[in-house]
Amino acid sequence: MNGEASAYEIAPSSARVDLLVLADMVERGSRALDVGCGDGSLLKILAEQRDVDCRGIELSQAGVNECVAKGLSVVQGDADADLVDYPDDAFDFVILSQTLQATRRPREVLQHMLRIGRRAIVSFPNFGHWRVRAQLMFTGRMPRTRTLGYCWYDTPNIHLCTIEDFVDLVHEIDARIERAAALDRSGAKVRVNAPWWAWNLFGEQAVFLLRRKDAI
Amino acid sequence: MAELMVADPRRHGAPRGASVTFSPDSRLPMDAGGSIEGVTIAYQTYGELNADKSNAILVCHALTGDQHVANVHPVTGKPGWWTTMVGPGRPIDTNRFFVICSNVIGGCMGSTGPASVNPATGRLWGLDLPVVTIRDMVRAQAMLIDHLGIDTLFCVAGGSMGGMQALQWVASYPERVFAALPVATAPKHSAQNIAFHEVGRQAVMADPDWLGGRYAEVGKQPTKGLAVARMAAHITYLSEGALQRKFGRKLQNRDAPTFSFDADFQIENYLRHQGSSFVDRFDANSYLYVTRACDYFDLAADYGGSLARAFVGAKTRFCVVSFTSDWLYTTAEARAIVHALNAASLPVSFVEIDTDKGHDAFLLDEPDFMATTSGFLESAAKARGIGA
Repeated sequence: MNGEASAYEIAPSSARVDLLVLADMVERGSRALDVGCGDGSLLKILAEQRDVDCRGIELSQAGVNECVAKGLSVVQGDADADLVDYPDDAFDFVILSQTLQATRRPREVLQHMLRIGRRAIVSFPNFGHWRVRAQLMFTGRMPRTRTLGYCWYDTPNIHLCTIEDFVDLVHEIDARIERAAALDRSGAKVRVNAPWWAWNLFGEQAVFLLRRKDAI
Repeated sequence: MAELMVADPRRHGAPRGASVTFSPDSRLPMDAGGSIEGVTIAYQTYGELNADKSNAILVCHALTGDQHVANVHPVTGKPGWWTTMVGPGRPIDTNRFFVICSNVIGGCMGSTGPASVNPATGRLWGLDLPVVTIRDMVRAQAMLIDHLGIDTLFCVAGGSMGGMQALQWVASYPERVFAALPVATAPKHSAQNIAFHEVGRQAVMADPDWLGGRYAEVGKQPTKGLAVARMAAHITYLSEGALQRKFGRKLQNRDAPTFSFDADFQIENYLRHQGSSFVDRFDANSYLYVTRACDYFDLAADYGGSLARAFVGAKTRFCVVSFTSDWLYTTAEARAIVHALNAASLPVSFVEIDTDKGHDAFLLDEPDFMATTSGFLESAAKARGIGA
């Protein structure tokens, strides 16, 4: 597993404003699991600022070591293989930050998240952003942007999607959207009551708070 | 209670060797049935116990290890078995923590075992000693911890059979263990592991000098059988990659094969050396007892088949470690522990260390392993309020 890029490292740190938006969706004093927790930045924010009892899963050895050294409870593993082993309703929130697009089976991962947690929080880079569309349109080559900096042949992002694609998947697995936010280039939220198509065009990243149809 | 202090206790952090023999009214109940009286536990300590007795770490040794974890071994003259992990400035820092390591019940370095005297008969225990389990070993360690006046251990750490003891500690005494560090271990002994142990035991018992376990009374030792047992076991502690890297098909001090049954190959010579040096420091009957203790270990079975149930209600924070090339106690086994701890809502960290050194990697200076354990103990010490 060593040497593999952590899915968490896909976006540069300056783009990690989504962490705060994400942390804001987690209830104070709840239990949370961060899947693909990287160096533990979000876990630390949750534990210190929101009194959350949190755990993490991380693929890279370096990430796990950093987390353990910070006193965080983190298990080496990956979203595709290891979520299946977690019991139902083990957490209040299961978080997948900037990792969905790097999983082998995003649909199954999302379903497991909603089984393990009462709520799932997902953030991902939006492939529908106008810069991405423009690059493909005008250069005729696979887009490379600030949040998606890899060449097509070495990218870990094997399942990129747009905001509208994601909303379709949420409906398909019969989940409910409780809150959603699209973030623009500066990390600010795109106007809250904009329609999906506008978010899909102007949001560089998206953050969704989901729940199971039957969850309270 | 008789206590024997060996080393000079005034030297800060110096290893202290001691042994405690419990009075007849403190009997040790055994899983095999009944109880044994006059139990002796030989142990070493390192560092100083702090005023509120919150900095004690119990290190549990593996199959053929002993209490000499971080000092020169009195029999072999070699360094302690875990000097990479335990010592001043090491992850288990003896300048900061009070480290205890005791010889297991069934062992042969001073604790009650088949080679010690049964106080009831005045004869060596031999095979009259009830078969020992991991839980018996831990129960005896708890008596020692009581004797030392320690209520809660800051950490129980150990690799291999020592890791089993760490797991058993949390299952048996959840409120007495603040943190646990089980390394290169498993929640149960697999069929393959039992099979290798059985080969070893049969080698010992097939030696004509074993004499049904009564060899010591006539001044004999089944050294040939025990050496073969060790040779077979030693292979399981290494990995194919490491054997290939270290020995390959290299010949031992010769240019061509001799077409005989001499140790032509370096690996043969190495194993023979491992076998013959082992018999100088280990008792054959003890080998039967400690291997059997591992075989009987199945923590989930003690809790209705659910490993998670063994940990329910515990608050212990865990760091579980496995090694990629360890085929004796695999990462899959470590993950089973992690899943159970997660299911029981315990705080758990887990790392798989990338190495080709096999099961023995836990004894070696693996930088990632050291970094992880340092970080884990550092943060746990902070949570426990133990100063630097």
